[in-house]
Amino acid sequence: MIAVHFFASIREALGVEHKTFDLPKDVETVEQLITFLAQQHGGTWSEILGKGSVMVAVNHEMAERSARLQAGDEVAFFPPVTGG
Amino acid sequence: MKISIQQDDFDIAEESRLLRESNSNTGAIVTFSGLVRDLDNERKVESLILEHYPGMTESSLEKIIAQAQGRWSILDVTVIHRIGELQAGEQIVFVAVASLHRGEAFSACEFIMDFLKTRAPFWKKCLDENGESWVEAKSTDEDASARW
Repeated sequence: MIAVHFFASIREALGVEHKTFDLPKDVETVEQLITFLAQQHGGTWSEILGKGSVMVAVNHEMAERSARLQAGDEVAFFPPVTGG
Repeated sequence: MKISIQQDDFDIAEESRLLRESNSNTGAIVTFSGLVRDLDNERKVESLILEHYPGMTESSLEKIIAQAQGRWSILDVTVIHRIGELQAGEQIVFVAVASLHRGEAFSACEFIMDFLKTRAPFWKKCLDENGESWVEAKSTDEDASARW
């Protein structure tokens, strides 16, 4: 299983807060996860998650699109942070 | 060290007292508090809604504090960040650093704030006369953290 969370404007744009599913065998990186989600949900997802400004975290650590994934990981997509 | 993500307001005097009593060597405490401004880009702000990523927000603040501890000799740190809906004029964030001397406390407090603003997963939605909109990240905040 893999858990994917969406926050703030990304969550609102996608209309989804989180998803949990079996990690497909051919999804080995964050980039491939974005492609897989876009295939499942349509081009808007690719457009929204594909933006360079979208930040990614894997298991609560900031990660690059090339970061490798494995079953049990928690992935999050969110816009640049604006706290403080 | 204290990190708290909370809906409730905080009392600066009480937090400062707790920090003062935590270590008898403390010679300096620098505190910063951030407030909800009532004007943003010349629009009247009614309130902000603060969202965070439970778990990651706390661990990212721990890492920021650990980095600050690696650079300066710090005796204790308190970081409080509020979430939920906050009205204009309310307190949002509090960072306090205790050290032997003021220089380290000033630097560490500013460092922690600069990285909190650019690395800790919090997001603000602004409610104003035109409706609601997500606050955009500012390049000046990124510049501020880059200088460290």
